Amino acid sequence: MTKIVAVTGNEAVANAFRQIEPDVCAAYPITPQTELMQRFAAFVSNGQVRTEMILVESEHSALSACVGAAAAGGRVATATSSQGLALMWEILFIASGLRLPIVMPVVNRALSAPINIHCDHSDAMGARDSGWIQLWSENAQEAYDNTIQAFRIAEDMNIRLPVMVCYDGFIISHSIERIEYLEDEIVKNFVGEYKPLYPLLDVENPKSYGPLILTDLYHEVRKAHSEVYKRVPKVVLEVAKEFEKISGRKYELFENYRLDDAEIGIVILNSAAGTTKDVIDEYRERGVKVGLLKPRLYRPFPYEEVANALKNLKAVCVLDRADAFGGSFGPLYLDIAASLCNFSQKPILINRIYGLGGRDFMPEHAAEVIEELKDIAQTGKIIKLKEYIGVRE
Amino acid sequence: MDTVEIRWHGRGGQGTVTAAKVFADACLSGGRYVQAFPEYGPERAGAPLKAYNRISSKELRMHCPVTHPDVVVVVDPTLIESIDVTEGAKDDAKFIINSSKSPEELREKLKLKSTQKLYVVDATKIAIDCFGRPMPNSPMVGALNRVTGLVSLETLLEDVKNSFGKKFAQKIIDGNLLAVKRGYEEVKEG
Repeated sequence: MTKIVAVTGNEAVANAFRQIEPDVCAAYPITPQTELMQRFAAFVSNGQVRTEMILVESEHSALSACVGAAAAGGRVATATSSQGLALMWEILFIASGLRLPIVMPVVNRALSAPINIHCDHSDAMGARDSGWIQLWSENAQEAYDNTIQAFRIAEDMNIRLPVMVCYDGFIISHSIERIEYLEDEIVKNFVGEYKPLYPLLDVENPKSYGPLILTDLYHEVRKAHSEVYKRVPKVVLEVAKEFEKISGRKYELFENYRLDDAEIGIVILNSAAGTTKDVIDEYRERGVKVGLLKPRLYRPFPYEEVANALKNLKAVCVLDRADAFGGSFGPLYLDIAASLCNFSQKPILINRIYGLGGRDFMPEHAAEVIEELKDIAQTGKIIKLKEYIGVRE
Repeated sequence: MDTVEIRWHGRGGQGTVTAAKVFADACLSGGRYVQAFPEYGPERAGAPLKAYNRISSKELRMHCPVTHPDVVVVVDPTLIESIDVTEGAKDDAKFIINSSKSPEELREKLKLKSTQKLYVVDATKIAIDCFGRPMPNSPMVGALNRVTGLVSLETLLEDVKNSFGKKFAQKIIDGNLLAVKRGYEEVKEG
């Protein structure tokens, strides 16, 4: 029996944490932290979970405490957002380098300066090459479902890597939506008993974490590490298949929405994908062959699968909610372009930057992009390769 | 209609956002999809604010503010002096205004189209009568439910009761439940 509720994205993810009941949760308790941790801390205080909650003085310390607890042998989780993730940066690489399966929801919000607390993907994009697996979520339901699956993915014995679960600040984190909760027992059974690997607290078998490795073998260690990421997509799909059995909800590496017979397409992450799908349906009714690709597993990026889904289209717009300053294009665009670059047949690609610092992404914006793609597909001409949309004049 | 889009106009501190949340929760019954979210700005008591609901029999994928509402709820009567609450409203939109003024006067003031419907309820007075505070959100939720007919009054009252949890005195809860009921009964088309 599932329970249907109307809750915020943060409430939903906090409830997933309650159901999973990690051994240790270290968090910085002030903004940019969100209500997620406040809600989970209430579960701890009310005795609903036995998690050891460690409140620390910064996000750098929060993730450091998580690294320690995970190496000690515990199931560990935290959460952050915006500047908080930026402050964790140094420790992100340590968590992934040590192969510690920490799960961390990231409520996507803008980076300073100027100060802004609203939705933007710059925070998680800044951490995309830190070695963490990233799952992105369109709505509260996906944030909840991805959080539950994240523990299984992170803790898989073939992977043992930390996972970020990204969802949009305010638009999802603070807005109320209908969602279906799974039963506590079902979630507990799905994630299963935590299996520690080389726990430091196993004093009979002492281990060393993070030793000094110089020019002799560092290169080889990194090469071996890079091989681990190749196993991730398979595990993500296996976990998704099992999750479908308990929830009835299907997840893949990315969502392919009306793309199979499409001539033009949009690639977009998170909540704006939902708005875009509604607009696509309107265009489809008028006979325009348009589709959408919404990445879910963004790191490691499934280049081959994404390229196969897009290569036969005539024109594609990649919409980024972050800019890569000085890199010329938005981060998602760069990944899509890299996926397609070696195919002889490939679509014309354009890049549009939208929604920075919480600027609303409206159906008109999606329609504007589709109109432009129709022209490009017809004429083969690009007027502007990269441009900001929804800018106030 | 598949989807009903509602825009609320209130002022910080009047419980407008709470009203939108409670209404969304009540509308979950019957397997509906719901959304409730405010426009996030600086949260100051007395400042004008907007909140939104979407209620649908289909999955709600749109994640942006409501710009073409089917229903506009004005919780604070003074707002119609300073902002255009009719902006973007559909030609057959329904306006529910908290006001002691006559429907004729309000229709004139808001310059409503003849196809747009107007409903008036003196929610502030009901609130003062029922629990002694000028908090018009409870009677407005009642009036909204009467106008949209989305859930039964019993379901709504049950949800309002639950939304108060254990933090409030029974007198306050009873007063609010009465206010919801009176908002439901006293809202008049004009």
